[in-house]
Amino acid sequence: MSAHIRTDYAQSDQLFASRASVIAYAALGVLLVAAPFLIESYYLSQLVFVLIYAIVGVAMNILSGQAGQVSIGHAAFLAIGAYSAAIAQKYGVPLPVYLVLAGAFTGLIGYLVGLPALRLHGIYLAIATLAFAFIVEEVLARWESVTHGNEGLMLAAPNVFGMKLGTNGFYYLCLGVTVVVMLAAINIIRSPTGRAFLAIRDSETAARSMGIDTARYKTSAFAISAAITGVAGVLYAHKLSFISPEMFSLAVSIDFVMIIIIGGVLSLRGAVFGAIFMIMVDPMLIVVKDKLPQITDAAMHGIGLGEPIIASIQAGVLRVVNAPGLKSLIFGLIIILFIIYEPMGLDGRWQRVKAYCKQFPLARQRSARPQRMFLKSERR
Amino acid sequence: MTYFDVKDLTIKFGGLTAVDNVSFDINEGEVFTIIGPNGAGKTTLFNLISRLYTPNAGHIVFRDEDVTQLSAQQIAGRGIARTFQNIELFESASTLQNLLVGRHRHSTTKTWQDILRVRKVRDEEIAHRRAAEEVMDVLRLQRYRDTPIGSLPYGVRKVIEVARALCVGPSLLLLDEPSSGLNVEETDAMAEWILEINRRLKVTVLMVEHDMSLVSRVSDRVLALNYGRKMALGTSEEVQSHPDVVAAYLGA
Repeated sequence: MSAHIRTDYAQSDQLFASRASVIAYAALGVLLVAAPFLIESYYLSQLVFVLIYAIVGVAMNILSGQAGQVSIGHAAFLAIGAYSAAIAQKYGVPLPVYLVLAGAFTGLIGYLVGLPALRLHGIYLAIATLAFAFIVEEVLARWESVTHGNEGLMLAAPNVFGMKLGTNGFYYLCLGVTVVVMLAAINIIRSPTGRAFLAIRDSETAARSMGIDTARYKTSAFAISAAITGVAGVLYAHKLSFISPEMFSLAVSIDFVMIIIIGGVLSLRGAVFGAIFMIMVDPMLIVVKDKLPQITDAAMHGIGLGEPIIASIQAGVLRVVNAPGLKSLIFGLIIILFIIYEPMGLDGRWQRVKAYCKQFPLARQRSARPQRMFLKSERR
Repeated sequence: MTYFDVKDLTIKFGGLTAVDNVSFDINEGEVFTIIGPNGAGKTTLFNLISRLYTPNAGHIVFRDEDVTQLSAQQIAGRGIARTFQNIELFESASTLQNLLVGRHRHSTTKTWQDILRVRKVRDEEIAHRRAAEEVMDVLRLQRYRDTPIGSLPYGVRKVIEVARALCVGPSLLLLDEPSSGLNVEETDAMAEWILEINRRLKVTVLMVEHDMSLVSRVSDRVLALNYGRKMALGTSEEVQSHPDVVAAYLGA
């Protein structure tokens, strides 16, 4: 067991609660910096996707987790960021400049999308954002003079003031952006702005009575979230080096919502966990696809089943692992299981594992079980 | 100077006149209580004053300023804070965070400054923290500092609501049934705190309350409402012995 004794209010300002967490994050930092030399290029590429998804996860966390506003249209913000990058690059704008400009522009669009949020709640807001995403997708497909419609746009290799970024360089760029976005998000959450978001999420009436301008903070939550997603969009466009409207469909928006549901709605760590999960499910499924028939085959031979039975079961196994849409099925299942058994997401699980280790011999399962609450006042 | 004055306030919901031509004034530094049977329009009157509802007619004047057309968040900025009958705390947050939200009107930093966490933000945070700790000192809430509201008992939540309203730094504090749902000891403590807030922190208190022993203990003046109309106004004893009030509570 350990306790943090604080003797000064300024200590609450520290980024790391304890020496142990400084060491842990330093170790993580070293690992991430060394990653290009440690893992093969396929996994490095997946890691870049994880970083990009983590940035979007942070954006979703600020909007949905902190401010409590639903959006199932974030793919549109990603698209706006990506297309801004592609178009700016064509005009010879340097990358650091359009990284910031694309973020700002997407933030402005986010602000405009936030305006209807002042009148809409819950499911209605979700539908409004969904409609926005469809509109953006449609505009990108039809506005051929700028976006080349469904033919899409090619991007040249990322170029920072005349220096071409290779695979490793681009990885470091993504890592740097992720760290900056993460720090910004931490600062927002622990500031008056973050507390205003929290107040709006938990009780809008009380927030107003505390002098919080709910309209201003709702739109700024949208603007901040959109700006971050726009920045992620720039990186996404460069990662794929080709963008077209169908890459920003509803499925992508739903992926983004899943990041925070799986990771945990309330914490930034959850956004990272969710991103890792979403990106790594694919390679995992491929491994399972490759290995499962061999394993079942070996197992059935092991228990000595007859050859014809094995053959028929094996055919069934192959049909299942090769079935189209298996991934969506598994995703759907995972979401349902998470909502039922772990509403706080992977981060909730992580907190419990940590608590268990801290209290090690004394930990009891019952103390980890969420408390039932009957006092929650019913609203809405 | 008029401190707080309500003039001919009226609000109608469809055919129902919930508050009907009510006028009264509050002097700076007093504890003013509104009583009345269920459905008399007490909470509606509160929601009118804190600008969650807009009146159909009448005026609310606070410190010589007509505040009838201000928005709810501007009202808090003028120094009027409130609690809610059914507790509207931010349930997923800790006690300290709830109190810090109460400090919102005192923060002057822009969102971009918050993002960069410039020096000014850090200094203000410490000032907010100090103010919140002072309020926690007065109401003895230190032990609940980092506990999420969701896992606290009702009685404590009620006190935290008062604490959060105090963090707004109000000149006028509106308490909507501060003793509802509290047991005898908690009600007793609440009475002490209301007096302490009034006398020591020099906050004018306007409250809605049913518990008559609490009312007579803390109130300087009492207003009785029935069916949205003013029935009686005076000291606690005067109002309690007023024939209309007796009739409204006991039946004529």
